[in-house]
Amino acid sequence: MDTMAAIRETFFQECEEQLGELEVGLNAMEEGVADSETVNAVFRAVHSIKGGAGAFKLDRLVRFAHTFETSLDLIRGGQLASSSSVMRTMLRSADLLADLVKASRSDHPVDEARVDAQIAELKALAEEAKEAPTEANAGGGDADGLDFQPVLLAIDDLGETEPQAARYAIKLIPAPDLYRKGNETVRLLRELSRMGEFRVECDTRHVPTLDALDPEGAYFAWRVELTTAEDEAAIHELFEFVVDDCELEVVVDRAGVGAATAEASAPAAAAPLAPFVAAPSFASPIASEPAESIEAVAAANAVEPEKAKVEAAKPDAGASPATIRVDLERVDRLINLVGELVINQAMLSQRVLEAGLARSSSVAAGLGALEQLTREIQEGVMAIRAQPVKPLFQRMSRIVRELTDATGKVVRLRTEGEATEVDRTVIERLADPLTHMIRNAVDHGVERPEVREAAGKPAQGEVKLSAAHRSGRIVIEVSDDGAGINRQRVREIAIKKELIAPDAQLSDGEIDNLLFMPGFSTAQAISNISGRGVGMDVVKRSIQALGGRITIASRPGQGSVFSMSLPLTLAVLDGMVVKVADQTLVVPLTAIVETLRPKAGDVHALGVNARVISDRGGFAPLIDVGQELGYRRDAADPVGSVVLIVETEVSTRCALVVDAIHDQRQVVIKSLEANYRQVAGIAAATILGDGRVALILDIDTFVARTNRSAAGQEPLLAAVG
Amino acid sequence: MKEVSVAAGDPREFIAFRIGVQEFCIDIMSVREIRGWTPATALPHAPAYVRGVINLRGSVLPIVDLAERLGFPQTDASARQVIIVVQVGAQIIGLLVDAVSDILTLTNENIQPTPDVASDFVKSFVRGILAIDGRMIGVIELDGVMSNETEAAA
Repeated sequence: MDTMAAIRETFFQECEEQLGELEVGLNAMEEGVADSETVNAVFRAVHSIKGGAGAFKLDRLVRFAHTFETSLDLIRGGQLASSSSVMRTMLRSADLLADLVKASRSDHPVDEARVDAQIAELKALAEEAKEAPTEANAGGGDADGLDFQPVLLAIDDLGETEPQAARYAIKLIPAPDLYRKGNETVRLLRELSRMGEFRVECDTRHVPTLDALDPEGAYFAWRVELTTAEDEAAIHELFEFVVDDCELEVVVDRAGVGAATAEASAPAAAAPLAPFVAAPSFASPIASEPAESIEAVAAANAVEPEKAKVEAAKPDAGASPATIRVDLERVDRLINLVGELVINQAMLSQRVLEAGLARSSSVAAGLGALEQLTREIQEGVMAIRAQPVKPLFQRMSRIVRELTDATGKVVRLRTEGEATEVDRTVIERLADPLTHMIRNAVDHGVERPEVREAAGKPAQGEVKLSAAHRSGRIVIEVSDDGAGINRQRVREIAIKKELIAPDAQLSDGEIDNLLFMPGFSTAQAISNISGRGVGMDVVKRSIQALGGRITIASRPGQGSVFSMSLPLTLAVLDGMVVKVADQTLVVPLTAIVETLRPKAGDVHALGVNARVISDRGGFAPLIDVGQELGYRRDAADPVGSVVLIVETEVSTRCALVVDAIHDQRQVVIKSLEANYRQVAGIAAATILGDGRVALILDIDTFVARTNRSAAGQEPLLAAVG
Repeated sequence: MKEVSVAAGDPREFIAFRIGVQEFCIDIMSVREIRGWTPATALPHAPAYVRGVINLRGSVLPIVDLAERLGFPQTDASARQVIIVVQVGAQIIGLLVDAVSDILTLTNENIQPTPDVASDFVKSFVRGILAIDGRMIGVIELDGVMSNETEAAA
């Protein structure tokens, strides 16, 4: 049962890949790329999902995929033009297919009405295509198939467009291995017999005399004559597990042209099977057609299926490099071990230095090489976890689609740098904030078509989503070509909500940043798309929780750009290593605005215990880190210490007093929760070069706690032994 | 009171160790390794018996001072002390003890209930008493060592 579950899981994973392919292909087609490679890829994706779903008896999925596939086949055959309205239906169908896959995976119910509606829509398209007289029905295997349109259709798909009986001559010669592996020809034949009208003949000519008979040998051969509505692929599928252990020939023999096809494409097979092919029941309408047209079709058919197959095979060979699926846990374990290796190497180097060996000694040189290697290994291992942002971006295009349907705005999503790679965890945690930003861009950014036209812009708005690597970080930008931020309005709202003083003098940038204030929402009318109370402040917080930063640039009438800069991995962090009361701490670099050594005049006492420091014309509260964490009883004198000005996620500035700054470096993040529990004020731990654990400050919770304990509570740690 | 949940007569192995002059033991199946003391990094907001965290081959390991946990005076940590690394549920923690003495093979019949003179607090993790060769050894049930923060604070 477990094996079954595992196979099922693999199927769903593959489905996700196929759905990705499908969407990429459909988007390309929507943009006018209609080469057969793209169309084939799209078709193949739906077909594979259908095939797999069939194996797991996911009937609803099969039913929908089949209808979808049929319509796609019409596009592939050229009967249905890939106009924008058709493509919209196709994209919506792809969305529904994705939903159905998801529902099947989790055994959730599906909105049947939606499925039926979509099936009806697809069928209507198919009808339309059939009625169009100019686009002569190329798809069918009927008499009009003489038309030269069918050239792009692979034979095995014809049956699906219009399920019509085709006749196959199948020759099966099992090898002894087939039986040895536990397969039974009787089962295979029984399955075949279920597919349609079936006649089997056993060829016993090769059975030796009893003395020469190997009891485990295979001497029978079978010839099957099958008339079925299924396609050739379905037949091959039946033999999928035995194909290496037998000689198998499947010759299609469709509506009379088959004789020629069989002869041309498989001359060897045609000879022994001639009696089947020439069966009188196959007297087809074509027989009455002029002879030259038969020849022409025969020639075309003989060549084209081959060509179609070649075309179908091409993208597979070229596009995707070989990949393997690896359990994430294994990768993480490897990453952990490499992290260990790095620490060990650093410790070793330190010991060697302490031992007084010269830097030029061979030991030190060897250590240098080791350091280089460990670094390379670390980068390599980190790269395993990295994944392209493409699937994430694809999800966004669906959101834009749904939004345009809901808002009546015409918006196109353009993506750039989809191949940019970033840690899987970052991608996962980026989905929500990015969704929100895309929604914002469509809902608040892009104007309605009539407004756009009045402003001299094209009616169709554009939202651009781009990703790029920049100095060891990934930068993701969401930009729109809308109206830009209405600063006047933002200001009014901020005043109304008492976020700023009515007479506050704010620069444009400062006004833009008001969007990130908690509880801010500019939506004129609260729509169900954005403005549900979760605003940009949530986005900002999520980005910061990932160790990232977000900025806005906006130009009235030309649009806004939200740009996020994120670390490539959550496994390491850029930190400042500081010393506080003999303890080593790491402060995340993203939170630090500046560091300074205060002069006596900068520090002012406020009340009994509190002190502040002048900071950019204002005052920032001074927090003694050692005292707050309970490492020492009394606060150190800020004068003579080092002060780190930090900014929290809610944009308050604080001055942290530490004894000294040691270093600025990348540290490997280690969970405290795994073996202990979460500690307020501490984000995680890391291991330093000397092998000791150092704690990483969580600026936000630390400052928040400090504010509370400033109200007269106990310091965080009463006493340390 | 919960009994040690093994069928009577099934022999089990225990690691015995010393805290001050008293002896205790834990089921050997939960012991991962025994190592020397290394200085721990203090944790803020931690109960007094949590001495801090150390690096155990890349994972962060909290160290519990068993003496402090049992209500004895705090162990004066030095290189002579030993850390018994144990698995409790999904977590791995280090127990700081004075010395490991020996390995005992016992059946449940050897274990007597903790006498009533002990406080409920001690009883919550000393699940029984062993009498062997004139020694008295407390059997520690690890589940209680890290949890019950409120109890510890009280």
